[in-house]
Amino acid sequence: MNERAQLLLSIADDELILGWRDSEWTGIAPTLEEDVAFSSIAQNEIGHARALYELAAQELGTDSDALAFDRDPGEYRCAPLVELHLLDWAHTIARRYLYEEADRVRINALMHSDDAELAGLAAKIDREETYHRMHAELWAARLAAEPRFRSAVEELWPFALGVLEQELRPDLAQRVGLDVVAAHERGEHTPELAELWNVMTEVRRSIPGAQW
Amino acid sequence: MVTAETVWAALDEIPDPEIPIISLVELGVIRDVAVDGGRVRIEFTPTFLGCPALEAMKSALEATVAALGAEPEIAVIQDDSWSTDRITAAGREKLRTAGFAPPPPRSAGPTTLVQLQSKAFRCPYCNSNETRLENIFGPTPCRSIRWCESCRQPFEQFKTI
Repeated sequence: MNERAQLLLSIADDELILGWRDSEWTGIAPTLEEDVAFSSIAQNEIGHARALYELAAQELGTDSDALAFDRDPGEYRCAPLVELHLLDWAHTIARRYLYEEADRVRINALMHSDDAELAGLAAKIDREETYHRMHAELWAARLAAEPRFRSAVEELWPFALGVLEQELRPDLAQRVGLDVVAAHERGEHTPELAELWNVMTEVRRSIPGAQW
Repeated sequence: MVTAETVWAALDEIPDPEIPIISLVELGVIRDVAVDGGRVRIEFTPTFLGCPALEAMKSALEATVAALGAEPEIAVIQDDSWSTDRITAAGREKLRTAGFAPPPPRSAGPTTLVQLQSKAFRCPYCNSNETRLENIFGPTPCRSIRWCESCRQPFEQFKTI
């Protein structure tokens, strides 16, 4: 697989798996407003995943659904940050905040890429992410002094660094105000990914090749 | 024999799948129509990438061109060429009369929370600007929820992108 396809799949897998994790709050978020916010953000992240999978599919001669659902868990290229099954609101918000900060650095780099197709898509995604960032920043400001939130940010920080390539990590560290440390790297999957994959692909695997 | 004008007119009859009061042309998602003999190529620039109506829009474009007796080719343009500024003046007015506050124009930079919390947003029912942000997110990716202090009811506000 060429570098472009690998890059597209890494970002698409991050967006799909995080979208799935965020959607797990649908119906059970602490307030109705957050229920709506998490559902809408999840839907949009999965939309970004679909657009990225479509570019990767052209490269690989397949289709976006096959890339999203027909690979084995070990073939996914997502960062461990998005795989974690978080049942605690402080950790969930810490992940949203750290992911949005990392994604902002990554999208900004892609918008300046020589790959016109990818740069154009990144510019479209960037506009939509404006609203996700607002949500994350509001919560990060609201919880800034809460010990539970601060320790969640510290705990997830090595995972957040793993979202980005080495050369982009100092930008993220500066934005978040923490130091670059050893990261949980992309490719080291957590056991939570296989559990998520089992649920996410269950219907599709039940009748292979069906048109839904 | 179809012409670009007849295609544009036919596309202007296709309702948005979720807000049927406005057409796909008024929504600004048709970037170009090119007719080459019996073939019609449409450049379709989607709204929000998370919008579940994108597939329905694409199928409606294909069906409309086919009904004109031409062979459709829908090119989906995945760049930042669609923005809420592409919604036409007539489209905005239709949105407002249906109870959806149309999106304010894009400014030089991205929309900020301070802007969303300002008095720049008018209630589509009573035209008051005594409105406040209830939730950045709403029932679809393209909408926020606001509350009108004057007529005391919530309304849906299109997000600017």
